[in-house]
Amino acid sequence: MNQQANLITTGKVWSIPGGIHPAENKSQSNATPIETLPVPSELWLPLTMHIGAEALPIVKVGDTVCKGELIAQAQTGISASVHAPTSGRITAIKPHPFAHESGLDAMAICIESDGLDAWRKQTPWKDWQQHSAEEILERIHNGGITGLGGAGFPTDIKYRNKHAAVHTLLVNAAECEPYITADDVLIRYYAKEILMGAQISQMLCSAETIIIGIEDNKPEAAQAFREAAKELNLPVTLTVVPTKYPSGGEKQLIQLTTGLEVPAKRLPSDVGVLCQNVGTLRQIYRTVVHDEPLISRITTVTGKAVNKPGNYEVLIGTSIETLLNQAEAHLKKAERVIMGGPMMGFAIPDIAAPIVKATNCILAPTKKELPVPMFDNPCIRCGMCEQVCPVNLLPQQMLWASRNRQLDNAALHSLPDCIECGACSFVCPSNIPLVQYFRYAKGEIRQEEQDNRKAEQARIRFENRQARQEREKIEKEERRKARAEAAAKALAAKKEAQPEGAAPATDAEDPIKAALARAAAKKQEKQASAASKSIDELKADVEKAKTKQAKALERLAEAEKEGSEMVNALRKAAGKLEEKTKSAELALQQAQEQSN
Amino acid sequence: MLSKTSPHITGSNSVGKVMVTLLLTMIPGFACLVYFFSWGYLVNLILASATALAVEAAILKTRKRPVLFFLKDSSALVTAALLACALPPLAPWWLTVTGAAIAVIFGKQLFGGLGQNPFNPAMVAYALLLVSLPVFMTTRWANVDQPSSLLESLQIIFNLSASGIDGITGATPLDSYKQNIARLTSADLLVAPLFNGQWPIGWAQVNIAFLIGGLVMLWRRIITWHIPVSLLATLAVMALLFSHDADAKVPVLIHLLSGSTMLAAFFIATDPVSAATSNKGKLYYGAGIGLLIYLIRTWGNYPDATAFAVLLMNFAAPLIDHYTRPRVYGHTNAVKGYKSDD
Repeated sequence: MNQQANLITTGKVWSIPGGIHPAENKSQSNATPIETLPVPSELWLPLTMHIGAEALPIVKVGDTVCKGELIAQAQTGISASVHAPTSGRITAIKPHPFAHESGLDAMAICIESDGLDAWRKQTPWKDWQQHSAEEILERIHNGGITGLGGAGFPTDIKYRNKHAAVHTLLVNAAECEPYITADDVLIRYYAKEILMGAQISQMLCSAETIIIGIEDNKPEAAQAFREAAKELNLPVTLTVVPTKYPSGGEKQLIQLTTGLEVPAKRLPSDVGVLCQNVGTLRQIYRTVVHDEPLISRITTVTGKAVNKPGNYEVLIGTSIETLLNQAEAHLKKAERVIMGGPMMGFAIPDIAAPIVKATNCILAPTKKELPVPMFDNPCIRCGMCEQVCPVNLLPQQMLWASRNRQLDNAALHSLPDCIECGACSFVCPSNIPLVQYFRYAKGEIRQEEQDNRKAEQARIRFENRQARQEREKIEKEERRKARAEAAAKALAAKKEAQPEGAAPATDAEDPIKAALARAAAKKQEKQASAASKSIDELKADVEKAKTKQAKALERLAEAEKEGSEMVNALRKAAGKLEEKTKSAELALQQAQEQSN
Repeated sequence: MLSKTSPHITGSNSVGKVMVTLLLTMIPGFACLVYFFSWGYLVNLILASATALAVEAAILKTRKRPVLFFLKDSSALVTAALLACALPPLAPWWLTVTGAAIAVIFGKQLFGGLGQNPFNPAMVAYALLLVSLPVFMTTRWANVDQPSSLLESLQIIFNLSASGIDGITGATPLDSYKQNIARLTSADLLVAPLFNGQWPIGWAQVNIAFLIGGLVMLWRRIITWHIPVSLLATLAVMALLFSHDADAKVPVLIHLLSGSTMLAAFFIATDPVSAATSNKGKLYYGAGIGLLIYLIRTWGNYPDATAFAVLLMNFAAPLIDHYTRPRVYGHTNAVKGYKSDD
């Protein structure tokens, strides 16, 4: 009983600077249960639904696929696989409208549904504890799981790229953006699956504690977590943070729940925290235990232009238009359609674009609901932006630097640390689109850094080349000098040796003379031995030499026929053998004459 | 489909709203000025506002900027109102008109208009007039014990009275104390109605009214606490340190409750365009103004010191900004100065 009471501890809430309180607008969409969208006739699956290298298609047009079958394989490194969300036939692999600010199409695989929605063979792991962490990570990787909170980072990489020992698994249930309720509703219905995913995740990163960070505007979800934790007998720390945007930002939630700051340009795991969105954790559970790859997700459809706002379980690849129609949206009333929330989402250039893994919300506001400010006043440096910045930047100063393209100055103001939450733009009395300027300047700084790096590399290469050439020149010069010195020395030695006229010394010192002397001695010896040989032996020698010569000639002819490179060498050899034969015959003749 | 980058929602705030709120919070202080001293303040306000708006419109038109769009932000009115509070209430009409024109033309528009001016426009005009026309700037003050009526004020301002007035040297507590403390004791001085103990009639009310207006601005989050608090605290600390002998120098309460202290602390020094910008920078900036106000009041020859103190710190603001950046999330230290650490 006591243990039960201690199972769920209340976490300490730390403070973060700044933040804003925009109208929440969550009640429109979180009152109804999750509705499952019927399988659409056509699904478009972009190959770039995640951060990293695009997946490579492994199917051809005309192939039939089962639900959950792999259709595009992750590349090595940071990448994620894509699976068929339903059974059907591949009808196209070509560029298709894609939800991105650029409005550019992206390569996508089109599946025409056969209406059967037939699964591939699945191998559930009810006893996932029996499997090793590596096996489970492989399964997560093969399941194509990416972060479902919005960024779309391949999930398995998060566990592999740990730099320090992780002590805390942080469950991000804050959902601080206005309008979005996908996580809220997901927790209400699937808290147990989320926590089971957290258990798997805890095993993978060997975290000691699980902290759930949730905003205080979701009491039902918090209660669902409490009940699920009790049911699973899983000790968790529930940290209810005050509702404030952007408390759900990864770095902000880490600061709110642990008081730790992720150092600039580093990862949360550097401070021992691994942060996962609730949707991602549930998907980890579905993939590891039920062998279901990431093929569907829960997406909020809301905004005043939508008649049936709510949360929809939707297959990845369903067109946004289909989803909006299902939610009875009046597209004429909607001035724009936003993917994501109103603070960090972006206006979709074409609603034929499909829902992707990271699509947590489709927002169709009316013009009156989210008016677009047409003009901006000059900045009066009122500093309201500074008061709301969650990372302590000075947006008013960064604006000057960004506008005037003073990138050094912008960097001095730590512009690259901007998380683009938009709080500054929200409070700006002059309606200045600050974040837009900062994105531009960030891009410019990145570009400049890249250029600098390239220039630096080129400079180093050039300098290395020059140094090498210089070195070679010096070495050459030294070698030349050494040779000259050696020659001079030899000459001097010769000069010294000659006047003395010591013969043995000459023999010893001059190797050429010595060699010649040795050769002469050998010859004499041979002749002497020839002389001492009997006539029969000499006859045999002649015979031997003759056969050897004949063989050599044969080989030479062959080589000549083939045009081999050995011709010259063989010719030389044949010449030598001929000489040998002749000398053998001569020796025989001399011997016969002598004996006669 | 309309495409605009995030965020797609904005708060309901606008520059116009900020300026109008500021003007509204000036009402109590301004009403006290009119009630205790002279209707001339109201006349000045009308003259200055009309001039400021007209000049601003003319220059915007010359600069080919949308005239109505910029006039709507009411920033010209704020400059006019600050100037009207600062100028002598019975100054000739042309002085006020010249001042307002200088403020808008030289203080603001020549630098590029709203948001571009390195100096507080109203203080630029005030300082320029004080240096160029010292007689008119020091002899047209009203006396608190004989407030001038609307008619009298109009007669003096437009030079209509038959008798003609050469000058009314309204004694100010700060000046009067400084002049007389050499020959009188503090106790003798403070019984005079001008000081009323240490609560100079009229002056104290005006300052408290501006303080209340300032607190409303704080509550409405138009300004932050940093500049007023550091300004007043520095002024008070300086006064406590150097004026502890009330028989030698002006005591602390008179520093805080007379002259333009509260107007300066809440309405002039807090002009964000020309002030330091980070919270820490604002503390240094406010402290600098407080320090200069005390120095100029005590050892200078001018009756009050706000304009020069503010302008001098306006000069220093960009430098302060470079050395008072806050520490950013994920960094161990703040980046100071002109060179990055990494």
